[in-house]
Amino acid sequence: MSLDKIQQDLLEKVTDLHEIPAGAYNIRANGTSAGRNTTANIDIVTKEDKNGIDIIIKPNTKSESVHIPVILSQSGLKETVYNDFFIGENAVVTIIAGCGIHNGGSEKSEHSGIHSFHIGKNAKVKYIEKHYGSGDGNGERVMNPQTVIEIEEGGRMEMETAQIKGVDSTDRSTTAVLADKATLVIREKLMTHGNQFAKTDFTVDLNGIDCGADIVSRSVAKDNSNQIFYSCINGNNKSSGHTECDAIIMDSASVSAIPKITANHTEASLIHEAAIGKIAGEQLIKLMTLGLTEQEAEEQIISGFLR
Amino acid sequence: MLELKNVSYSAANEQGTKEIINNISLTLNERFVALTGPNGGGKSTLAKLIAGIYIPTSGQIIFDGTDITNMTITERANLGISYAFQQPVRFKGLTVKDLITLASGNKKLSMSEACAYLSEVGLCAHDYIDREINASLSGGELKRIEIAMTMARGTSLTLFDEPEAGIDLWSFGNLIAVFEKMHHQTRGTMLIISHQERILNIADRVIVIADGKITKDGSKEEVLGDLLTNSTCSVLTDKLTK
Repeated sequence: MSLDKIQQDLLEKVTDLHEIPAGAYNIRANGTSAGRNTTANIDIVTKEDKNGIDIIIKPNTKSESVHIPVILSQSGLKETVYNDFFIGENAVVTIIAGCGIHNGGSEKSEHSGIHSFHIGKNAKVKYIEKHYGSGDGNGERVMNPQTVIEIEEGGRMEMETAQIKGVDSTDRSTTAVLADKATLVIREKLMTHGNQFAKTDFTVDLNGIDCGADIVSRSVAKDNSNQIFYSCINGNNKSSGHTECDAIIMDSASVSAIPKITANHTEASLIHEAAIGKIAGEQLIKLMTLGLTEQEAEEQIISGFLR
Repeated sequence: MLELKNVSYSAANEQGTKEIINNISLTLNERFVALTGPNGGGKSTLAKLIAGIYIPTSGQIIFDGTDITNMTITERANLGISYAFQQPVRFKGLTVKDLITLASGNKKLSMSEACAYLSEVGLCAHDYIDREINASLSGGELKRIEIAMTMARGTSLTLFDEPEAGIDLWSFGNLIAVFEKMHHQTRGTMLIISHQERILNIADRVIVIADGKITKDGSKEEVLGDLLTNSTCSVLTDKLTK
């Protein structure tokens, strides 16, 4: 596997990796596979009919990890990639995805990743994805991730998704269907600046008895950027759901939060919370009394908020 | 040493402007000075003028020989002024360790050093060091953390705005012990706004502010004796004699 300096930087930003990861991995660079490794329990197979891979994790696999980063450094590249994850019963795995785009040219670069998770009975998945853009060209950096989740009885998925810098436009859609006693936990962190646009859309169907979802989004909108947050939880059975959007707004940015909870069962217990506001003046003053400048105080508050 | 020269401060209100601090002149170089007086008398405003949160309408503030009247909060903090808020601020995401590290000015502050400050204020460091400064902490816990931050700063002037407010009765004795210890150890000046007799009792000097002016200033014996025998009870005695 050979990656140039820009590609290595992107890889580090989206996966925190400095070198080839341990365990299973598939690195996609500029539309082609730049490296792959499988293990006795984790197989990665290239799709025949379309772009993408199947990641097959055997039942009872314990504490293994899969890295599947995507990096684009060629200006003007547009791709749609389908990655399907099949997680066997009782497996416990960590999946680290992420997409980094470096666009030093003037043409639009776009990556649409469609990730489908089929999580077997009592399997536990931690899914981490980071999105990052860099490059000083005029070309837009666009990412449209779609995540489709099915969790069978007793399964659990924790999803951490972060987009902190450099993505001009993003339309993020996540849908999930939960069976009996299944759990879904989502933590989203988002920061937009310049003229960026970010749309997030979560839809969760709580179909099983005693299943539950907890979706928390924290975001910061700076400059002229624009964010829209949709979160829809349907309680179709005895279940619990919580959705929360907490946003800091700065400069001339705009943020909309549109939570929607629907109970179709008397034993469904659903909560939504949404708050948007600027950084509190007293927070800035407190940090300034510790010797920070106003700008340093602002940076501390934001980095803590998005930690 | 802190010196206030003819400091006044007015703020706009519905009726126009209201003078909150009225021509106060003061020199502080004692180790432990208590500022007391009725609510709304101007005590917190005076502390905010010293910290730079408000800028005086007129007059001068001199700190260790430097005129700081028009300096920013940050500049004053870096010169050696600390301010423990009456109502500590919450931060989503920032932890107790983050704030103590920022307060100490030492980015490489070790875990044991950070924990030592928490232990000083009676908090079990292990339970608190990684907690977020958010709504999960009680008012009393936040006040102690606020005091621990001023200890980490270790500046030559520290302002405390009603440190006892929000602290439960059981912890109050510990708080007094903390201040007694700080009184003993500090190399600078602590200016404490308080209504608590036990705090006033350990002060080297007590200043009473009412209606934006200094109404009494002296040793605790002079001021407290006077307060307890005359002013404090005058409302009651007035009523009784009528």
